[in-house]
Amino acid sequence: MSTLVFLEHHGEELQADSLGVLGRLAQQGGDEVSALIAGSGIEGLAKQAGAFGAKRVYLADHPALEAPLPQPRVDVLAALVEEQGIDTVVFAATVLTADVAAGLSARLEAGLNWDLVDLVFEQGRPIGKRPALDDSVLLDVGWKGEPRLALIRTGTFEPLESGGEARVEPVAVGLEDFSTLATMVEQAHEESEGPSIEDAEVIVAGGRGLGGPENFALIEELAKALGGAVAATRAVVDAGWYPYAAQVGQTGKTVSPRLYIACGISGAIQHKVGMQGSTVIVAINKDPHAPIFEYADLGVVGDLHEIVPKLTELVRQRRAA
Amino acid sequence: MKIAVCAKIVPEQARRLDPETKRLDRSGELALNPFDANAIEEALRLQAGEAGSEVVLVSFGPARALEALRKGLAMGADRLLLLTDEAGAGSDLVATSYALARALEREQPELVLCGQQASDSDGAVMWAALAERLRRPLISQVAELTVSDGKLRGKRQTEFGYDLIEAPLPAVVGVSDAINEPRYPSLKGIIGAKKKPQETVSLGEFGVEPDRAGEAGSRTEVYALGEPPPRGETERIEDDGSAAEKIIEFLLARKAI
Repeated sequence: MSTLVFLEHHGEELQADSLGVLGRLAQQGGDEVSALIAGSGIEGLAKQAGAFGAKRVYLADHPALEAPLPQPRVDVLAALVEEQGIDTVVFAATVLTADVAAGLSARLEAGLNWDLVDLVFEQGRPIGKRPALDDSVLLDVGWKGEPRLALIRTGTFEPLESGGEARVEPVAVGLEDFSTLATMVEQAHEESEGPSIEDAEVIVAGGRGLGGPENFALIEELAKALGGAVAATRAVVDAGWYPYAAQVGQTGKTVSPRLYIACGISGAIQHKVGMQGSTVIVAINKDPHAPIFEYADLGVVGDLHEIVPKLTELVRQRRAA
Repeated sequence: MKIAVCAKIVPEQARRLDPETKRLDRSGELALNPFDANAIEEALRLQAGEAGSEVVLVSFGPARALEALRKGLAMGADRLLLLTDEAGAGSDLVATSYALARALEREQPELVLCGQQASDSDGAVMWAALAERLRRPLISQVAELTVSDGKLRGKRQTEFGYDLIEAPLPAVVGVSDAINEPRYPSLKGIIGAKKKPQETVSLGEFGVEPDRAGEAGSRTEVYALGEPPPRGETERIEDDGSAAEKIIEFLLARKAI
């Protein structure tokens, strides 16, 4: 058994989710777990990987790997899997790694299971745990033959610092002609202003059900009354109703406040993975079949435009009293 | 420009897994994967901007998927190509991307568009597998797309913000569901759809070997169906004018405020 974890990085930091996956696999012990970091000017990152459980870190350092684009990374992984006889490659799911994993699947004709919430070994055979159909069932999934590829759901494992040290091995980078045709023109990474939603105790979040950007005022008022922060879904961020820094979910932030009030959010899985760690979840939605009611602690079927202002007023009265 | 949109047909509702095959039960009503409507809409938008463009829908599924696929024709796509074969049932990403790539190799579109994900499997992986098999550049999670002088520019949303990515045609693009609002088919569109070319092709006709399709060609499998870990009960209320008060009571009881 040799398992490889793909470690994504952003600037000088390895992505926490991918370190969490590394820690989970290292913890299951027995087998040597190695990691791959692919980027440009990334020597410094290898040490971090060792501290989180990797025994061996492959370092693919090449200018073509500077931008976070998937196709050159498929080239690196395909060569590494073949040269090192790696039988399982595991990724923490992100926009980048989903593309890398799927490209690698086609390149190597290797099975890919996605959205896993765990990977366990039974008599040496890996079994993926995969919730399906809005998390109403949990499947045991597997692979016919090797290599096996797995994408672990966002926010599944916390990094576990073990303080170890990794052997670092540089790998040669050979690129396919088509892999470098897509190029990064510009990366506009918004930095959030004010307190981060990741630190907030109370979050009031708005989705498409608000009806328009002007109605975010309702969300802001309630958040203010509760002393909390405002969050938004991907749909409304992409529509330009609210800044990206407030986005919760698969491609946004992962939050775990004491209280999360979701207003006009249907609660698709992409949103759920970003907020399911909240202690108390209240959902207000006019659609009684909205998936968010499946995992909210309190589900309120009704018109948020009526309910939210009243709620704000009641909170204010309590504060004043 | 010739644009191919990969369209998936999914169960309309009442989604369940067949305990015997451990596959999704596809016996009920079928519908166009809603995320693929965004890809079709984007293709139609690009077509409107470039005279002489063609939009072709490419799908892999059961023969009876044809009816649900006509929605794409009713929206405005020019024709559709359905790969269908009994041997195709149970195909995973490896097998499906192989079959679709064979069809796309025949069609030779300059642009291949995919929707953000499949609503039944929650997969968001097809475009990257197709780009690999077709050896073409890829832009995914695109929330804004422009084409000029044989070049694509896509605005991609990631965990860190927005990226602007450029790629020459021919290329593969995965669009996000925020890229547009798909149109509803007009009555005229629905009537006209029936007359548009609809080709049904077996896997063999595209040179897909029997051992590369269906379960034989798949590299993943499902061992068992189980219950998810239990979660807390959801308390539900319908707003009768007093919802705000009830929310406050609930939050006080939970010591959340």
